[in-house]
Amino acid sequence: MTKVVAITGNEAVAYALRQIDPDVCAAYPITPQTDLMQRFSSFVSDGLVKTELVLVESEHSALSACVGASAAGGRVVTATSAQGLALMWEILFIASGFRLPIVMPVVNRALSAPINIHCDHSDAMGARDSGWIQLWSENAQEAYDNTIQAFRIAEHMDIRLPVMITYDGFIISHSIERIEYLDDEVVKNFVGEYKHLYPLLDVEKPKSYGPLILTDLYHEVRKAYSEVYKNVPKVVMEVAEEFEKISGRKYGLFESYRLDDAEIGIVILNSAAGTTKDVIDEYREKGVKVGLLKPRLFRPFPYEEVGSALKHLKAVCVLDRADAFGGSFGPLYFDIAASLYKFSDKPLLINLIYGLGGRDYMPEHAAGVIEELKTVAMTGKVEKPKEYIGVRE
Amino acid sequence: MTTPLNLKELSKQEVRFTAGHRLCAGCGAPIVVKMVLLAACDYPVVVATSTGCLEVSSCISTYTAWKVPWIHSAFENAAATLSGIESMYKALKKRGKIDKDIKFIALCGDGGTYDIGFQSLSGAMERGHDMLYICYDNGAYMNTGIQRSSATPTFADTTTCPAGSVIPGKPQERKDLTRIMAAHNLPYVAQASPSHWPDLMKKVRKALETPGPKFMNIFAPCNRGWRSRLDDAILLSRLAVDTCYWPLYEVENGVTRVTVKPKEKKPIVEFLKPQGRFRHLFEPGREKMIEQIQQMIDRNWERLLKEEEMTIFKEKEEREDK
Repeated sequence: MTKVVAITGNEAVAYALRQIDPDVCAAYPITPQTDLMQRFSSFVSDGLVKTELVLVESEHSALSACVGASAAGGRVVTATSAQGLALMWEILFIASGFRLPIVMPVVNRALSAPINIHCDHSDAMGARDSGWIQLWSENAQEAYDNTIQAFRIAEHMDIRLPVMITYDGFIISHSIERIEYLDDEVVKNFVGEYKHLYPLLDVEKPKSYGPLILTDLYHEVRKAYSEVYKNVPKVVMEVAEEFEKISGRKYGLFESYRLDDAEIGIVILNSAAGTTKDVIDEYREKGVKVGLLKPRLFRPFPYEEVGSALKHLKAVCVLDRADAFGGSFGPLYFDIAASLYKFSDKPLLINLIYGLGGRDYMPEHAAGVIEELKTVAMTGKVEKPKEYIGVRE
Repeated sequence: MTTPLNLKELSKQEVRFTAGHRLCAGCGAPIVVKMVLLAACDYPVVVATSTGCLEVSSCISTYTAWKVPWIHSAFENAAATLSGIESMYKALKKRGKIDKDIKFIALCGDGGTYDIGFQSLSGAMERGHDMLYICYDNGAYMNTGIQRSSATPTFADTTTCPAGSVIPGKPQERKDLTRIMAAHNLPYVAQASPSHWPDLMKKVRKALETPGPKFMNIFAPCNRGWRSRLDDAILLSRLAVDTCYWPLYEVENGVTRVTVKPKEKKPIVEFLKPQGRFRHLFEPGREKMIEQIQQMIDRNWERLLKEEEMTIFKEKEEREDK
């Protein structure tokens, strides 16, 4: 029996972690993630999970402890935001380089400076090429569902890679929404027993982790890794199909919303997709053929599939909630542009930066984007390839 | 039945750090590693090593010198990494998935311990993980080419504080890490030297038999960095102890005990003289600098003896009270 509840995103993810009962969790406080690990700590204190909780002295040590614990042989989780993820940066590459199936919810928050505790995507975007699979989540339900699926994806024998689940700080982490919980038993059975691969604690068969590999083989090792990532979309889809059987909820590599017959389209990540979909519905009623694409598997990026889904449009706006220092485009824009490059007939592209440091993204912003796309589609001209919206003058 | 720590019995034990590693000839580190693993011969162990000489030389591409499970993650996080391994061990024991008695040992250089790994070490010790962190201290970043660390002795010539005409080598005093770790109120902290192998191995054994977080600082000469003879590692280790530059002591539950007291304390010159990194101190007009080093050593030695007297006395008093 599924249970319908009104809870926050952090509460939902903590609930998923209780149901999964990982062997080791190492964590360090940072807003807006803190609330997630506080809730999970209560489950530990109340004996609702058997997890060994390691309350470390920094995020660098949190992920380092996770690397040790995962290499030791068992299910491992941590969580962070913003500066915490930035501090983990060095170890992110070691976790993926060792191919350790660590799972990490990242509650999106803007990076310093200036210091800001509210949502944007600069934290996870900075880690997008660290070898972690990234699953992005629009709301508490998706954060909960993605957390459960993340363990199955990470531990899949065809890939064995760490997975990041992202959801928007405060907007999702601290807002109450309606979500459906799965039964504890259903989740436990879905996630299943942890399967070992070269555990350090197997003292009978000693393994060495972390060799020095110089010019003789490093290049080959990297190439071999890239082959592994080719299997990720297949694994993500397999797990999604199985998840649909237990939940009735369908997941893909990305979500297409009213896109098939659309002429203009918006590409946007996480919570702002919800607002945008509402506004799209309003415009559809007015006869404007507008649709949306919301990436879910952001790393590795499914270029083929995303490109094919967008290529028929006349104009596309990529909305980035992360800016690039130095006047470059937003990170999502680059991937969308790359996915469309190979097609000779392709949409005109614009890039709008919105919602930095928790600035609200309102329905009128989405409406403004659609109006601009209409103009671009009609004139066939892009006046400003990159612009900011919602800036106070 | 524990293996007695004598040569006859130890010689029958497997050396779990094999020949074929690529550490320099005459390096102190592999001697220390072999002694540590021999002292731990009765236990299965998991070893974590920070980035450094020992790491780059012991596991290259498809070869490894480690006959025990071993992990190298990064420079500053061996303590955190090992704390994660130990936590997984506890977690799996709790769930009945593992029943062996495994010991966890970190083997890291002074750069990865005193400096960049200091926070990670302090955190892991404070959290009380059941592990033994061992620093092999050669007093500089030898792997990257002899740069000064906070373990580098005063006035030593290194590549980042070279002995010049204005600045005569490292100006600062070394960080006394062993005392800092003792201040964490750990159940067991010790300083050892490969020249005194029975003392070293007894300490390792004692540390492994003590539950909770333990720290050991072990002297490890580096002939490349110290510019000393290839075959002087043990001689210099002995001189470090005999001059009281590197006192052999332990702090067990707050009680300090000097485990080896030199019969005759040798002047520090004897330790400095065979090392090229101190050659500039023997130039005319620099006599005061050697005196200064001697004063530091005397002061630290006196303090250690007082600390021993004080804590042992206090322990006796407490016992009598009971």
